[in-house]
Amino acid sequence: MIELVKENFDEEVLNHQGVVFVDFWSPKCGPCMELMPEIEAFAAKNEGKAKFCKLDTAGNKRLAISQKVMGLPTMVFYKNGEKVQVYDADSINIDTMQAKLEELIG
Amino acid sequence: MSEIYDILVVGGGPGGLSAGIYGSRARLKTAVIEKGRAGGQAATTTEMENYPGSFGEVSGPGLMDDFAAHAEHFGTKILKGLVTDVDLKGDIKKVTCKSGEVYQAYSVILSPGAEPRTLNIKGEGKLRGKGVSYCATCDADFFEELDVVVVGNGDAAIEEAMFLTRFANEVTIIVIHDEGILDCNKASAEKAFENPKLKWVWNSVLEEIVGDELVEEVVIKNIKTGELTNKEVNGVFFFVGTVPKTEFLKGKVELDERGYIVTNELMETNVEGVYAVGDAIVKYLRQVVTAAADGAIASVAAEKYLAEKEYFREKVLEAKTPVLLAFWAPQVEKSLTSISVLESVVEEMAGKVSLSKVDTYRNKKTSDAYNVTEIPTVLLFNKGEVIDRIEGDFTADDVKKLIAKA
Repeated sequence: MIELVKENFDEEVLNHQGVVFVDFWSPKCGPCMELMPEIEAFAAKNEGKAKFCKLDTAGNKRLAISQKVMGLPTMVFYKNGEKVQVYDADSINIDTMQAKLEELIG
Repeated sequence: MSEIYDILVVGGGPGGLSAGIYGSRARLKTAVIEKGRAGGQAATTTEMENYPGSFGEVSGPGLMDDFAAHAEHFGTKILKGLVTDVDLKGDIKKVTCKSGEVYQAYSVILSPGAEPRTLNIKGEGKLRGKGVSYCATCDADFFEELDVVVVGNGDAAIEEAMFLTRFANEVTIIVIHDEGILDCNKASAEKAFENPKLKWVWNSVLEEIVGDELVEEVVIKNIKTGELTNKEVNGVFFFVGTVPKTEFLKGKVELDERGYIVTNELMETNVEGVYAVGDAIVKYLRQVVTAAADGAIASVAAEKYLAEKEYFREKVLEAKTPVLLAFWAPQVEKSLTSISVLESVVEEMAGKVSLSKVDTYRNKKTSDAYNVTEIPTVLLFNKGEVIDRIEGDFTADDVKKLIAKA
């Protein structure tokens, strides 16, 4: 998964033509750490279908807030630079995200 | 799936880890299944000032790492998995994880824990992750120099509100009670009242959270006057109690009407060989120290249960000769006479039959398992099967007739 920071966020996500998945996380967030292996497996399984990234909000708080993310964990799908689907702590589910991914790459 | 654990603990919070420590120190094959980071809710709170012997620099995650290391040191295996189904009936229990992995054990200690309660206030669900939070350690960073409100006034609410003052510009606590009344412990209340960054709104509840993409303001309702006040904030933290994570246990063990697991003082559930500990059980005080105590009790009770099962298997079910199993109780006079009748008959038969006794007062489970309703009762076993039984008083001749059936 590509590590996002403010220097590469525009290029990797906003200016990218295609589907991008971003995992907003932080090492202090227990639930994020629990999810990490599942998310990494999800990214590996779908490699090539979309771009998979993660953003450590600990050093990139303003960047996260600019994306309207103010809570962890949060997972976001972007398509052609537009935010198309947001999952919060309650709605994150690998199966639903897999279905959404298939739909987006259609 | 071939391995069978002696004790399998579902959930790696303080209760489950403590059960692991006691189980593995008793040299029982013990494992704890944990979905993520060990430590449960205790690992999501920085302040940890009430666990005996730990104060000052000790944090929740730090203490929980020590619990986990302690359990592993004595041989507890920590398995990764989210348990979604259990089959607790019978001598071998099965526990199924989301991944499809199935684990087996002779006894199970349930330690599923609890999670924050949601209030379903207007805007709460929609703005979760966008300013609405239930975890201060996870999200406090976002609110540096911003304003937040905290809903709740128990231990967690007040302690987490104080933690938030290290980040936020202003933390406003919305309290349903009259001015000065908090549900939290007195030490935390005193500290909170001295904290200049904490503001208080009394006799009030949260009516609504407003925001398009992020939290913009909240509507606070005064429950005495009915007056509504809008307040601009960037974040809302809820600490209004917890709910037990026992959905997957419905119909498997007895739960109360709120979903908490019902146990007795040995931490036994209503299912033989199944125990429950920690925040998910019916109890008076939900703390790390009481969860740890539950875990110790459950493991010791499970150890005794396993030993009794083992003894029963060896002496009764797998015995080479026929066995008379006598159900007696020290306080039932006539059952004492019956025991001496049995002893003399067995002696006379010189090794052709053996005698085992069950004190029905101390071992209710075995008497229930064989539907024993009268004392004395004697059962004749041969090759693990019950051949026949006598209920009530009997003579030496009755016993000899019974033995002849084997």
